[in-house]
Amino acid sequence: MHAFRDTLVMAKRSLRHTIRSLDTIITVAITPIALMLLFVYVFGGSFGASSGSVKYIDFITPGIVILCVVSGIAYAALRLNNDMTKGIINRFRTMPVASSSILGGHALSSVLSNLFSVVLVMIVAFLVGFRSDAGITAWLIFTGILVLFTLATTWLAIVFGLLAKSAEGAGAFSYILILLLFISSAFTPTDKMNPVLRAFADHQPMTPIVETMRSLLINGSAGESAWLAVAWCAGLLVASYLLALRIYKNKKGYSVN
Amino acid sequence: MEKRPTAITANELQKSYKKVHVLRDVSFIVEKGTIFALLGANGSGKTTTINILTTLLDADRGTATVNGFDVATQAGEVRNHISLTGQFAAVDDVLTARENLVLIGELRHIKNPAGTAEALLKQFALADAADLRSATFSGGMRRRLDIAMSLIGDPSVIFFDEPTTGLDPQSRNMMWETIRALAKGGTTVFLTTQYLEEADQLADRIAILNQGRIAVEGTPQDLKKLLPNGKIELRFHSQKQLDDAARLLEKYSPLRDDDVRSLTIETDGTLAQVARLFSQIQAANIETTEFSQKLPTLDDVFLKIINENEENT
Repeated sequence: MHAFRDTLVMAKRSLRHTIRSLDTIITVAITPIALMLLFVYVFGGSFGASSGSVKYIDFITPGIVILCVVSGIAYAALRLNNDMTKGIINRFRTMPVASSSILGGHALSSVLSNLFSVVLVMIVAFLVGFRSDAGITAWLIFTGILVLFTLATTWLAIVFGLLAKSAEGAGAFSYILILLLFISSAFTPTDKMNPVLRAFADHQPMTPIVETMRSLLINGSAGESAWLAVAWCAGLLVASYLLALRIYKNKKGYSVN
Repeated sequence: MEKRPTAITANELQKSYKKVHVLRDVSFIVEKGTIFALLGANGSGKTTTINILTTLLDADRGTATVNGFDVATQAGEVRNHISLTGQFAAVDDVLTARENLVLIGELRHIKNPAGTAEALLKQFALADAADLRSATFSGGMRRRLDIAMSLIGDPSVIFFDEPTTGLDPQSRNMMWETIRALAKGGTTVFLTTQYLEEADQLADRIAILNQGRIAVEGTPQDLKKLLPNGKIELRFHSQKQLDDAARLLEKYSPLRDDDVRSLTIETDGTLAQVARLFSQIQAANIETTEFSQKLPTLDDVFLKIINENEENT
């Protein structure tokens, strides 16, 4: 039970850091919102034709939400990296606090602050015409997958935060995720891509995740990619979690020598 | 002397980074409720030793225990008994002083984190700044907060890594008082320092670390016997007075420097000898422009120990 309580205490600390730099949450929400407006009002016409019977804003909203998360988790990497390069980490390491609590606190607060950013993005999406007929169950499953995805990518962020030599480097990995997102079915169906790109897009994790979320919002059901989406997220979560703990334990105490 | 129970043992610790041997052979025993100072120059391996004892670093060879628990295999138990105050204040800059204290109180699972925080804020003269972010604090305030955080949960063994480096004299005195009070209350204190005076002021036992080995260990009294004697430097107005003084004090075999017209004389450190010296100079009507006393430095001690080691082998 101590480990759970300690994780909450560490999450409270990390949330205080987040709240005291509120601009980071806003920044995290603003880029996806700007892209959403750009897609809908500028490119909407040409892209829109390809989304078939579905309204373009409804088509891209899940992708925009994922974009919000993958840029938001970079701050978890940044905050952890900040801790690791300062004396405070030696205090935590010489106290009877589990490594999983020290890292888990960052993970928990990252999930919460990212959900907040996602809510901001969803509000703007509604304002520009996003509508969903999904029932309570579909929304709950949508939220569940969103939380699982955020948790998994946050732990990946923690791995990079531990490995990065500087705070600047810690957030850079999220560009890889953003690139993956753009080479998926998030903003345009994959059948319009060239064969090589399409083969890649159809078999990388972002596509089933985006499609499941889209299916939940548009059809009210998870669709056929759901299990694949959950498997990708769960796999990434377990692998990143174990890797992060391993790297953390092998990392030596912060020292000037 | 009565034998007290053991708080810390280090047994033939060795540590290398790549090909640099930081610790070659470090062994010592620290008794419960005493202050132990590890004295050494920069790069002598002090921080590495403290990192091994506080479970931050694994030794390549050798063992160490704190309160009977092995630092390598029972790190969790060791962490229940210790706290570390490192060279750099380990405070969270974004949090306020109070939040920092409550955070540690909650992680240590003490009964009343808020009440303990309040008491410590008063004790360390931080009550007025309690709800300000610690990023705004002066160096001395950060250090005080840092120590206050280390005391939460009443750890029985506290490690201080160069606790007074970079502190102003007032903060340094406060730090010394805190350390003395801790030991009086039964806490074992392990500190590292590069200042001979600090070790002498605080420690029950001192170990001198030189190039990864304990060169000598003992009480301050033991070590003082090893100290080279003090020196006195006298300066004179004119070359003639320098010549006269050199003749007069010939039996002390002074070291003469014609450039600054000075004589340096080794003394046994007693007032009587210094007084005799001055009365002789005065009686001969020689005027000194300046005189200064040179206390032995850590370098002098090292040189002496190293020389003695060489003579013995």
